[in-house]
Amino acid sequence: MRRTLIEGLLKGPLTEAAPRRDDPELAALAAAVDRAAAASLGRSLAIRHVDAGSCNGCELEIHALGNAFYDLERFGLRFVASPRHADVLLVTGPVTVNMREALERTYAATPAPKWVIASGGCAKDGGVFRGSYAVVGGVGDVLPVDLYVPGCPPRPATLLKALLALLGGGGG
Amino acid sequence: MTTAKSTRNEDWSEAARRLAAGEARLVGLWGDGAEVRMAISTGGPGLEFLRYACDAGAYPSVGAAHAPAIRLERAIADLNGLKAEGAPDARPWLDHGRWPVRHPLGDGSPAAGGEPERYAFLTAEGAGLHQIPVGPVHAGIIEPGHFRFHASGETVVRLEERFGYAHKGVERLMTGADLRRGAELAARVSGDSTVAYQIAFARAVEQALGFAAPRRANWLRALMAEIERVANHLGDIGAICNDASFALMHAHTGALRELALRAADHAFGHRLMMDRIAPGGVDVDLDRDKRAALREMVATIRERFPRLVELYDNTASLQDRTVGAGRLSLELAERFGCGGVIGRASGRDFDARRDCAYSPYDELRFETPVQREGDVNARVWLRVREVEESLRLISQILDRLPIGPIFAQPQPATSPGEGWALIEGFRGDVFVHVRLGDDGRVARCHLRDPSWFQWPLLEAAIEGNIVADFPLCNKSFNCSYSGCDL
Repeated sequence: MRRTLIEGLLKGPLTEAAPRRDDPELAALAAAVDRAAAASLGRSLAIRHVDAGSCNGCELEIHALGNAFYDLERFGLRFVASPRHADVLLVTGPVTVNMREALERTYAATPAPKWVIASGGCAKDGGVFRGSYAVVGGVGDVLPVDLYVPGCPPRPATLLKALLALLGGGGG
Repeated sequence: MTTAKSTRNEDWSEAARRLAAGEARLVGLWGDGAEVRMAISTGGPGLEFLRYACDAGAYPSVGAAHAPAIRLERAIADLNGLKAEGAPDARPWLDHGRWPVRHPLGDGSPAAGGEPERYAFLTAEGAGLHQIPVGPVHAGIIEPGHFRFHASGETVVRLEERFGYAHKGVERLMTGADLRRGAELAARVSGDSTVAYQIAFARAVEQALGFAAPRRANWLRALMAEIERVANHLGDIGAICNDASFALMHAHTGALRELALRAADHAFGHRLMMDRIAPGGVDVDLDRDKRAALREMVATIRERFPRLVELYDNTASLQDRTVGAGRLSLELAERFGCGGVIGRASGRDFDARRDCAYSPYDELRFETPVQREGDVNARVWLRVREVEESLRLISQILDRLPIGPIFAQPQPATSPGEGWALIEGFRGDVFVHVRLGDDGRVARCHLRDPSWFQWPLLEAAIEGNIVADFPLCNKSFNCSYSGCDL
């Protein structure tokens, strides 16, 4: 273990540079967010993830945000275990009929001010599952959505930009 | 591959007896119109198929004698409206009483909706017992599902799972889908196994059409499947250690997993390799540059992984959590036909790649690691050994990739055909059965995730463990919610 730890200290970090402020994807995402968000949130964001019925592809990429390459927490972004501690609900998947109530109750349990990010093609409009008897539709059919993140699943780099957009246009 | 088909109703009960006696294992059980279908295996590369014509909307329960069939029968009752007579558990499974229709794969009659039915959880009685309800929204980044614990102090007396929250109606969306749309849906049954599902769907369709994909396509499919296995196992090894609060391992395996996903992205144009495989072949070919990038990924993981294995092996405080936790017996693993890491970590020596010998695995050299202990530690070691084995497979495939086309347009079927495939995903054997219509579209497609025969065993493995070890045991199983909820 000692060797692994020492090498970790001596070698350069794997972590990649933050997205630049003039990154076009970041700019587009930032433009889509209510500017009031940045003022309320300051430079920290507590995120509660809710899987409203995804295929679990989105979850894999959200997990990747925590790896050394993206290192989410350096931006003051962190995942919390309870909606009571959250500023943001990060919702994945089409909203299934069986998950609708749980999603609504999670939203109700989140203190205001709060924001909702709908992540992935399914969360936008139900994606490939749209029209099913078991699917309500996108997250916007159940909750007010502040930001949509495209992709199936969204890449971790895109997710990171979306979260930074909510914080006010980039980590610099 | 032999495909015996039986339509005699008396054979049905005989099959249930054979399953209960351990002479065969259940591979699949699903409804199709007014029939129920069953696939069983007696160990060879082929499967036996049985059909039961339900005259009065009912069939003799298999679950009455053979527990692994119980949840599948409950799903058939919800989806097809076909009743298993004599079934030990008549509660709904996927249908929470919220859908606008009943029996969506059967008559699809409108449902009353309104207040969902109250679910009668199994009970445990005794002095000082208490209940702990968990989910469907969990504390971590996990799929939705409900766990109901009965605990005596810290010790789990009974765990009962309740699922269906991620039910998206995949099999009804499949009905009438063209082959491209079918492949797109199959790729999203369980995102972490997208490659395995794409292969299973493609091969089932190809068999139904009496058609084989080009040789190079099969090799590229296997290449993607092994990258998927390496990436997922690396993620799981780290996540299990993380649930025992050993974050160092998680950080290092997470970085290796990211390298695998980036190499997949570079080579195939998608990090998880979704929508790369369709009936007829694959959509992306590999040039020299991409093959070199994959070789570099293999070399990097080979260089760094042994140190992490050593780290696991030498950290006593970590093994204190994993050794002896969540033990699953070989007897239960055998009875449930439990595939993948979980079955092999308990000594059940089954690997669809080897035992069904589908192309190109019949031409590749690899071993199937098996452990005996059946605890969390064995499941970690099994994943370690499988990462090493899959890296060897990736190298072999890159070295020997045959030359030729990667896609051949499947010819429309002249008569309705049926086909199936059993594919070894990272989690275990994915079973897909497809029936094509005269129009060449999917008439019925059933997709059976390996987790159907793994989730019930988690309930058994957790018994007598402490509640605080549940996340650790659950992560070491890593079953799919979406894959079973469909």
